[in-house]
Amino acid sequence: MPEALKHFTDTYLMWNEGYLIWISDILIALTSIGIVATLTYFKKWKWLWKEWLTTVDHKKIGIMYMIAALLMMFRGGADAMLLRTQLASPNSKFLTPDHYDQIFTTHGTIMILFMAMPLIFAMFNIAVPLQIGARDVAFPYLNAVSFWLFFFGAMLFNISFVFGGSPDAGWVSYPPLTELGFDKGPGENFYLLSLQISGIGSIATGINFLATILKMRAPGMKLMKMPLFTWSVVAASIVIIFAFPALTIALALLMLDRIVGTHFFTMLHGGDPMMYVNLFWIWGHPEVYIVVLPAFGIFSEVVATFARKRIFGYNSMVASLLLISVISYFVWAHHFFTMGAGADVNTFFAVASMMVAIPTGVKVFNWLFTMYRGRISFELPMLWTLAFVPNFIIGGATGVMLAVAPADYQYHNSYFLIAHFHQVLIAGPVFGLLAGMYYWWPKMFGFKLDERIGRIAFWLFNIGFYVCFMPQYALGFKGMQRRMYTYPAGMGWHTLNLISTIGAYVMGLGFLFIVVQIVYSMKHGERDVTGDPWNGRTLEWSLPSPVPHYNFAVIPQVTDRDMWWLMKQEGRADELRKFDAAAIHDIHMPKNSGRPFLMGLAFFVAGFGFVFNWYVLAVIGLVGVALTMILRAFEWDDEYHIPAEEVLEAEAALGRV
Amino acid sequence: MAAALLSGCGPQYLVLHPVGPAGRQELNLIIISVILIAIVIVPTIAIFFFVIFRYRNTPGNKAKYTPEWSESKTLEIVWWSIPIIIVGFLSAFTAKTTFALTRPPEQNVTPITIHVTSLDWKWLFQYPGQGVATVNYCEIPTGVPIQFVLTSDAPMNSFWVPQLGGQEYTMPGMAMGLWLQADKSGTYYGHGANFTGSGFAHDNFNVIATSDAQFNQWVKDTKSTAPALTLTGYNHLKQPSTMGTASYSSFPPGLFHNVVWADGGQYMPKTMQGANAGMNDTNSTSSNH
Ligand code: HEM
Ligand SMILES: [Cu+2]
Ligand SMILES: [Cu+2]
Repeated sequence: MPEALKHFTDTYLMWNEGYLIWISDILIALTSIGIVATLTYFKKWKWLWKEWLTTVDHKKIGIMYMIAALLMMFRGGADAMLLRTQLASPNSKFLTPDHYDQIFTTHGTIMILFMAMPLIFAMFNIAVPLQIGARDVAFPYLNAVSFWLFFFGAMLFNISFVFGGSPDAGWVSYPPLTELGFDKGPGENFYLLSLQISGIGSIATGINFLATILKMRAPGMKLMKMPLFTWSVVAASIVIIFAFPALTIALALLMLDRIVGTHFFTMLHGGDPMMYVNLFWIWGHPEVYIVVLPAFGIFSEVVATFARKRIFGYNSMVASLLLISVISYFVWAHHFFTMGAGADVNTFFAVASMMVAIPTGVKVFNWLFTMYRGRISFELPMLWTLAFVPNFIIGGATGVMLAVAPADYQYHNSYFLIAHFHQVLIAGPVFGLLAGMYYWWPKMFGFKLDERIGRIAFWLFNIGFYVCFMPQYALGFKGMQRRMYTYPAGMGWHTLNLISTIGAYVMGLGFLFIVVQIVYSMKHGERDVTGDPWNGRTLEWSLPSPVPHYNFAVIPQVTDRDMWWLMKQEGRADELRKFDAAAIHDIHMPKNSGRPFLMGLAFFVAGFGFVFNWYVLAVIGLVGVALTMILRAFEWDDEYHIPAEEVLEAEAALGRV
Repeated sequence: MAAALLSGCGPQYLVLHPVGPAGRQELNLIIISVILIAIVIVPTIAIFFFVIFRYRNTPGNKAKYTPEWSESKTLEIVWWSIPIIIVGFLSAFTAKTTFALTRPPEQNVTPITIHVTSLDWKWLFQYPGQGVATVNYCEIPTGVPIQFVLTSDAPMNSFWVPQLGGQEYTMPGMAMGLWLQADKSGTYYGHGANFTGSGFAHDNFNVIATSDAQFNQWVKDTKSTAPALTLTGYNHLKQPSTMGTASYSSFPPGLFHNVVWADGGQYMPKTMQGANAGMNDTNSTSSNH
């Protein structure tokens, strides 16, 4: 028996790999015990289930996305610190090559799929229905399903760290390195299945929000009267709907190669790994726009609000969002200019890639001219937006440099590329979503995040950013490849790497200050009693903070794109803030359901089974999935009414009658 | 700007110190792109800082404030056109160089073909014209265009010698072409650029460029002193490991062709032409897809 036990712990729990694993196990065990104990002690289990796990309220789902995304940012950030520590000096022995490979793979995958994606979905959920005057999304139940698929996908990915081993072939997971011939371990299966599960959720979210925005706008809100953030969600949703299926296919075929022994992506029997590379980037390039377009939307809202001026060139802004989403499908091959496509193909993709700079450039000019002749105040959302501008200009510039195909023959796979994509991904999605978080935080929770601590975090993160990533451009010119776990001393790479690592620590410190800021503000944050702490322009600011769960007691009539601003200017703000009792009617709302959570759990079980080829478990999971679907199909009574009196009471308590 | 870019950077900035025509053309294009882009971004960043300073919300600020001003056809036409023009110029330069790089750099010197196979984690060079082979280093004569024909008998990798020029992927079952040339004698750092697993960081090699005479001497010495590479030897090389350099006086005939064929080239007739390059058809194209 002990033999068998030792075999189990070595194979699955990797206890033979040493203390890093043991410490992680202990930490995870302690955290879990802590959570369970706290919930039990404060008798919060029921509250957790009723208020959160079964909720279909978009605002709560948004908050859960945000918490999960911040936790994943912490995990991905911890990975980044380990990587940078290893690279601080040549020939370092801090990490073994295997660990380094696993960590850069989990870092990249988590940051893109389990940090950036849920963070944009958090913003979708938190802001879109409120901006367009709706009471929920088009399909609230599906929205909960999306969240739980993301959540359990992320859990499945993260559990690989302590059970079975992490994937180690990069976030792109190119075959043939990821085929059985070179990679037998379960790590790669974790990657495939967790992305597949959360990917289903992402597609559903894209469909959900497109439907919501097209069908559920308040009366009078024509398309060209929508706030720009809502427009950016339209653009991003379209890209999600058309891009994610390519990833689904790529992952499914690779999974078949690994589990059933097909040869889609090996050259043997006529397969072709380049097909995977194409499919991956047909999704992968649009993916970066999926995460950056909503950030553009947030910047547009924030710039207009904090410059106290109408957004400049609204039509151009909309046109450029849509143009970017279309062009983003015609550039994927710039990720492999050096894979032997002909000069004609490379030229096409080079020119198409550079063309993305045109609408993006226009957006930057329009932001600048929104501030021009405005009155700019520098609260946290605006600070992050301002920091984004020069940062993204430089990142965009190096992007155009990379698009120049023959020049890319020299940048490709080097630290120049690493510096470029971190610059655009951090300045775009990360700064954008932090700006959005600070901006809508009072709307979600009813209090502001502390300015002072926020500023410290802001400066640390920004200065850290430049210190960390500027030297990497230079390292690229010095010929340093990406994904090297170590490097020799004689190449002149040492100093720059050391500087870069110091910068990374400063950024890490910045992140910790954000955590401190959140914790501190929960107690001491300035309460938002007006519902309109920033003197906002769009409908969400006409609501109380936090927003009641039916959102709008009375659905507003819209005549202008800065509706709330206009009404304040014309002294009509009370039309949206003080209602006649007669104007309030019964409100129709979706019922909560525990099934989305259970369905996510069932997917998790199935995924886990497939990872280890434990088919009994896989089948149990799949049966669970089928069961939750069938039960849903026979559910007739999934809605209820909030009686007018109850709404009236709630609004009266808020002083709005 | 370009001068500043170059002078500030010592010889360890490999990409900025090319020693062959391919690397030089790429560097020229890098410089052109930096200049064209700088024309747009430097003023934009300047305007940005000016605007946030001028229009900040402080009590005494006398700058104009026009909260409803949000349209201007003229201005918008201006900034739709500036990036279009810049991108137009850059596209033209890009197209020209992209096509130029697929041709041998020096048209009137007979090129040499070298067959390159990336293995886990080492590089095998076979000289079909000279009959010798090496591991983890590659001798070439200066001033002669080299047609590298690239494949992999391991996961996908990428062949990169920054000072000679940009990289190209090596893929199992495929034969890719890459023209490079060294104009100066010297030892040039090369490395696999696409991640291949745990030995990847040690997957480096050197390209050693010497005069014609020295190159011929090296071939002669290698032929007479080095051991032969046998099929067993090759299969041993193929096993995942890292190692130093090695030289071989000969290699099994058709080895490169057979490796490409066996790894899947049999399903891609066009790629097999590439794999034969240098044996019967030196003019075969540099790209096979
Ligand atoms: C504190 C900030 C960050 C630091 C210090 C950092 C550092 C690193 C390092 C050291 C690598 C590995 C480089 C290599 O060995 O090739 C890496 C790779 C990567 N990072 Fe980050 N990173 C940060 C934030 C982010 C963010 C916010 C994202 C995305 C939103 C991101 C996405 C990626 C991706 C996709 C890879 C490539 C992984 C791969 O090669 O497969 N990183 N990062
Ligand atoms: Cu791309
Ligand atoms: Cu190929």
